[in-house]
Amino acid sequence: MSSTPRRRVTTGRLVAAGLGVCLLLAGVVSVWASGHPDGLEFVAERLGFDRSAGEHAASGSPLSDYGTAGVGDARLSGGLAGVVGVAVVAVVAFGLMHLLRRRGTSDDD
Amino acid sequence: MHVPDGFLDAPTSVATAVLAAGGVALALGRARRELDDRTAPLAGLVAVFVFAAQMLNFPVGAGTSGHLLGGTLAAVLVGPWTATLCLTVVLAVQALLFADGGITALGTNITLMGLVGVWSGWLCYVVLRRVLRSAGPAAVPAMAGVAAFLSVPVTALAFTALYAVGGRVPIPFEALVTAMLGWHTLIGVGEGVITLLAVGSIIATRPDLVHGARGLATARPLEIRTGASA
Repeated sequence: MSSTPRRRVTTGRLVAAGLGVCLLLAGVVSVWASGHPDGLEFVAERLGFDRSAGEHAASGSPLSDYGTAGVGDARLSGGLAGVVGVAVVAVVAFGLMHLLRRRGTSDDD
Repeated sequence: MHVPDGFLDAPTSVATAVLAAGGVALALGRARRELDDRTAPLAGLVAVFVFAAQMLNFPVGAGTSGHLLGGTLAAVLVGPWTATLCLTVVLAVQALLFADGGITALGTNITLMGLVGVWSGWLCYVVLRRVLRSAGPAAVPAMAGVAAFLSVPVTALAFTALYAVGGRVPIPFEALVTAMLGWHTLIGVGEGVITLLAVGSIIATRPDLVHGARGLATARPLEIRTGASA
């Protein structure tokens, strides 16, 4: 690794590569995610308190339950919802962190 | 582990919403210390990764699945205050856009995953780091993995406690504790593995960006800098 004077991966490249991985995970790999209830849902079903869950107030959202309204193909519908979700979280999170950061400091903490 | 509307009664939901709001308000101020021009983009990436990874439910047997919570992963990479904000953004988008996790339960979910998940994992990590200080940055992914593993049953216990106080359907406490702890210990294994891999990949490329690796002695190879003045 250190035989050649290694050029450090720039933050920009690292983040771009990371976002690519996230798009792949949410847009493609998510198709193979387990459809079984998660730990809490499973326990709630077994012990019988799942029935107290109400209809979700956002169940009419075009992306509710990680599907895209109006897209028939299940893989495409789920993948598209994942990509939109990644985009929305990215805009909010990068924006928030950008606003909160201390400017101009480089190395101290 | 997204709590839907209706599991907890109104007073408990309000109480956790107040707790979450207080925690997030505090984090908005404190995260500033963790974020600079170099680490802010990584913090954005961490939030996106937690969202993407939470879509990937992995089977844990008997018709049950689990997914990453991501609190420890985020805390080790970008610091615990920033991690609380990352989880808050993810949980808010999930509740409002994807109907995942109730809207009246958003405070509960931020309390569980954004406060308890993040801070229990960070605390475990800090203790491990103190004990294994001499191991250096190479040990960061493994320590993060162990802390992440522990944070999941701790978060499950926190839910159980909330349910004991404000559950709408009466459930025998012991049965709830046993079931929640059992399944979430299994899910914790997945949490640990994903955290180890994700933290490991950043440690391998840019260890200088990792919040949890700060102050650990880095064995930096000598580098030749051109044009540096003495």
